[in-house]
Amino acid sequence: MTGSYPHAPGFWAGDRPRIVTSRFEHADSHTLERYLATDGYSGLRKALGRPASEIHDEVKNATVLGRGGAGFPAGTKWGLTPQGVWPRYLVVNGDESEPGTYKDRLLMERDPHQLIEGCLIACYAAGLSQCFLYIRGEMALAQERVATALNEAYAAGYVGRNVLGSRFSVDIVLHWGAGAYVVGEETALIESLEGNRGMPRLKPPYFPAAIGLYGQPTIVNNVETLANLPWLARHGAEAYTSIGTKTSPGTRMVAVSGHVKRPGVFEIVNGTTTFRDLIFGDEFCGGIRDGNELKAFVPGGGSAPWFTPDQLDLPFEASQIGPAGSMLGSGAVMVMDHTTDIPKAALTLTRFYAHESCGKCTPCREGGTWLERILSRIVDGKGTHADLDQLTEVGESICPGAFPHASSSRLGLAATPFPYRMNTICFVGPSAYAPVHSALTLFREEFEARIVERKLIPVAGVAS
Amino acid sequence: MARLSEDNVRLAREIIARYPKARSATIPLLHLAQQQDGWVTNEAMAHIGDLVGATSAEVLGTATFYEMFKFEPVGKYVVNICGTMSCALMGAEDLMHHAEEKLGVRLGGTTSDGLITLERAECQAACTEAPCLQVNYRYRFRVTNADFDRLVDDLRAGRLDAEIPPHGTVARVRQSIPVDRAVGAVPPEAVTEPPVWLDGKAAL
Repeated sequence: MTGSYPHAPGFWAGDRPRIVTSRFEHADSHTLERYLATDGYSGLRKALGRPASEIHDEVKNATVLGRGGAGFPAGTKWGLTPQGVWPRYLVVNGDESEPGTYKDRLLMERDPHQLIEGCLIACYAAGLSQCFLYIRGEMALAQERVATALNEAYAAGYVGRNVLGSRFSVDIVLHWGAGAYVVGEETALIESLEGNRGMPRLKPPYFPAAIGLYGQPTIVNNVETLANLPWLARHGAEAYTSIGTKTSPGTRMVAVSGHVKRPGVFEIVNGTTTFRDLIFGDEFCGGIRDGNELKAFVPGGGSAPWFTPDQLDLPFEASQIGPAGSMLGSGAVMVMDHTTDIPKAALTLTRFYAHESCGKCTPCREGGTWLERILSRIVDGKGTHADLDQLTEVGESICPGAFPHASSSRLGLAATPFPYRMNTICFVGPSAYAPVHSALTLFREEFEARIVERKLIPVAGVAS
Repeated sequence: MARLSEDNVRLAREIIARYPKARSATIPLLHLAQQQDGWVTNEAMAHIGDLVGATSAEVLGTATFYEMFKFEPVGKYVVNICGTMSCALMGAEDLMHHAEEKLGVRLGGTTSDGLITLERAECQAACTEAPCLQVNYRYRFRVTNADFDRLVDDLRAGRLDAEIPPHGTVARVRQSIPVDRAVGAVPPEAVTEPPVWLDGKAAL
């Protein structure tokens, strides 16, 4: 059994408030017919009946945190556009590919109209005149479902000229990628959308809201972020903030994978649900497989520094995870039980980031590859003590200074808080180092055990 | 094997017209070329350059950045086995070894009958269903060695033809914007005024 509904592999509903997954129980949740029968497009109708600025305020008041990784409030992001510069665009980031993350694909496959309605509400509220919906190239079903939904929505008058007969007009253009993790970085996404190699742009400007697509103000929002808007438009900011905590309101999608009894994707209450709930709770993953013990877990996607059982009682609340030495990222928890070969596990992530480096910044292009090669050598039992030091040295050339890590009662170690400093434009380089640094800091003995002692053998007869 | 066909040029022009700048259609047109030929030929890239106003070198520069584009023929089916953390924790490495044995090729190779190209892939966003793989970007979840053998047998026997199109076709449904409903794309420099609905009044 792979989840409670055969049509939504991995998804488990549970007895919890649901904002973005409310239609998942229906096998036909992706159709316009089902969408309309379940309050679909009523949030849009409600929004269009009010001035755009009021809808923008509603989103600001609800503090809808970005669900792509950085957790920046959407309403604030929309407000960063420079005065009087037109046109402005919306780019939807559906390039989900952070290791461990599985939620945006499900939202696109299961409820594409909800995403389309979210795009429309965002364009209306923030005055964006065209929307580009960028879906990861490898997601064939998501592309088919969103294309079908867009065709239905255009035909029925929900998208395009004079939406629902109003003065609001916007095109939503389906665009798709072709396989490159780094394109999930918003300025790389824009480069890709302009037809270029998907390399991040030099910052500042820090936000494409200032200078983005074609040099114009551009809002880049994640799929899940936008999927929240129809519910918000229907029920209002007060209802939204009544779920979760003040600083992390609403719900969020979290995928828990790895060595748990029941891996799954859950819509959880933001801010209060803890990692212990998720990994051990009966309504979530039900504990570690085969009665094994928890060794470590990645709390927020492959880029995040690791946690150990010491951090299990932390909630999904950014203000607590940062000081504890990691980040919530994109809602992806990867669980390792006591049988896990830690250096090897770290290698699977470092190899990913080394492979996905776009090559623009030297510390990432060279450093990531070095980290991968040194780590491979150690895993293969050919590493030396000098290799361990070199891992740290290379890591410091990507991220100078103290790198965040969790506290450890076993090692008597205090946490180093997030974030880190970086010598690269984007987070791919630091992400290659994060698993190495966590593994080395928290489980150094496993690396030491792999090291081969090599003695210098004196060669006779060559002394001068 | 070559430039885009007449039908595809028509489709290409329709796609280009959706963007404020033609260059934005580069990746969608590369997919179109790959759908036509199964891989991306030099002739197709030159043709795409003509259509979007770029040199063939610029199109090549973009194309080679992205892993899905192939510049030499590949199998009718490209099988991508995920090897990133969640899948690795759940046995992806064993599955890859088994796949190499079963198909008699190394990762990156194509079977001698030209049917299957085997590749190692990075995270496919199905981490709860590990280990997973894609065949021409169609998923298979929690794949055991026996599942893999059955998959290969089914592909060879043509039993999955209805579900899995030949390599090059990703989505089988295309967006089509009805002319009477389209707002239409204009170059950014042609827009200087805020959208009409930002006048402080409700739009409906």
